[in-house]
Amino acid sequence: MSTAQPVLRIRDLHKKYDRLEVLHGISLDVPRGRVLVVIGPSGCGKSTLLRCINGLEAIESGDIELNGESISSGKTRWNLVRQKIGMVFQSYDLFPHMTVMGNILLGPLKAQGRDRREVTREAEQLLDRVGLLDRKDSYPRQLSGGQKQRVAIVRALCMNPEIMLFDEVTASLDPEMVREVLDVMLGLAERGMTMLIVTHEMAFARAVADKIIFMDQGVIVESAPPNVFFENPVSDRARRFLNIFQFDGVKKEEQPHVES
Amino acid sequence: MLDSALNVFRQGRNLARLMEGLWVTLEISAVSVLLSMLLGIVVGLLMTTRKPLWRAAARLYLELVRFVPILVLLYIFYYTLSRNWGINLEAKIVAVLVFTLWGTAEMADLVRGAATSLPAHQRESGRAIGLTESQINRYVIIPQAVRRLIPGVINLTTRMIKTTPFVFFINVPELTKVGQQIVEVAGMKNYMASFWVYAFIFFIYFAVCYPISRFSGFLEKKWEN
Ligand SMILES: Nc1ncnc2c1ncn2[C@@H]1O[C@H](COP(=O)(O)OP(=O)(O)O)[C@@H](O)[C@H]1O
Ligand SMILES: [Mg+2]
Repeated sequence: MSTAQPVLRIRDLHKKYDRLEVLHGISLDVPRGRVLVVIGPSGCGKSTLLRCINGLEAIESGDIELNGESISSGKTRWNLVRQKIGMVFQSYDLFPHMTVMGNILLGPLKAQGRDRREVTREAEQLLDRVGLLDRKDSYPRQLSGGQKQRVAIVRALCMNPEIMLFDEVTASLDPEMVREVLDVMLGLAERGMTMLIVTHEMAFARAVADKIIFMDQGVIVESAPPNVFFENPVSDRARRFLNIFQFDGVKKEEQPHVES
Repeated sequence: MLDSALNVFRQGRNLARLMEGLWVTLEISAVSVLLSMLLGIVVGLLMTTRKPLWRAAARLYLELVRFVPILVLLYIFYYTLSRNWGINLEAKIVAVLVFTLWGTAEMADLVRGAATSLPAHQRESGRAIGLTESQINRYVIIPQAVRRLIPGVINLTTRMIKTTPFVFFINVPELTKVGQQIVEVAGMKNYMASFWVYAFIFFIYFAVCYPISRFSGFLEKKWEN
């Protein structure tokens, strides 16, 4: 098991914005079919880490490998690499001038040059799975935030990526829509999708993760299975961070499910 | 009442002259609008480049042309240039030149606005699904920029058409000029002449500009989704 090649391997990644170094040597592996959840305080570099992985930010030093091939060598053809890395952002960034179907088909048709009939069939299956097949001809502005994020997930999935990156995809959703998006991600985990997820939904992190990565100020402070991390965090920093999500019960026993 | 109207238009070649005037108006408008669109796109894109010199030059041009009254520009080009430097330009050419100068500046500003108002993450979303930069421009950026551009462009077109009577002052025989000449002659005998002639001109401007503006409304509705 541990000898198998990870889908994503990061070694000693350093990243600066101008003179400000925000990632100070990050190393992690995402094995095939596993789900890693990255948590940590705001501004600690989680988004930057994901953006470096699919080349939206240039890195200073270190190495990133996708299926054993380095993609940080400088002559990387990012448009090809990105077809294998699905990414969903916090802001719903569907293309507003295209229908749901148009959004989903654009990448497979133009970037991958696939057959329209075949991709349409796949897109319809995926939309059906997230409960949005009847909205395939709608425009983004006719959808709710939760629906837009589900479409954004399908748009990334339809490229048949090796790994999916999620950057706080529920952070700007109304609370009642968070669940429908998280359920889609749980469904992906069940189907064995390899994922690297940044989230503030602790109950979800615990349910979906094979491993929790706790980051603070540009370094990985702790890396452990969810039950270990949430029950016995080793570092002070992790304990302080987790305390933010705890409410001392005023009336009765604490209810661990209330977060947002 | 109606007789007075019919008389004005029947007299001599009056109606034909008005139509010729309309043709000149349309000619000046159409040529200047077309040239302005093309040049405006170029200047507008210059304003969004990272080269500071280009940006400053485009900016200066825009500020200069936009805030000088059209009439002053017409006089400068028609009288000053031709008198002092012996450049003799036909009035109609001067009209097209000045209108294009002005239209290009306005168009450039519209293009700059449309190109810079698109959120940066639209480009990133395109990158994230593996599109090349030119595919992103073609399928994501340009279609959205054009949609944002259309209302402003239509508005500019009607404004340019409505401003053509200014070329009156450099003696181009366009619609309003011809109308005035007709009124001067016919008005001696027919006190309703000016009313009928200007009503006719009013109607013509409306008939030209209204469909253009409706077309814009149609596109906006169509792209609302
Ligand atoms: N484009 C940028 N230019 C300069 N600094 C940035 C940029 N993006 C993020 N930063 C800084 O990098 C640090 C990490 O940001 P980010 O990766 O967005 O953190 P997180 O996603 O964990 O909240 C923050 O201090 C932030 O201010
Ligand atoms: Mg972030």
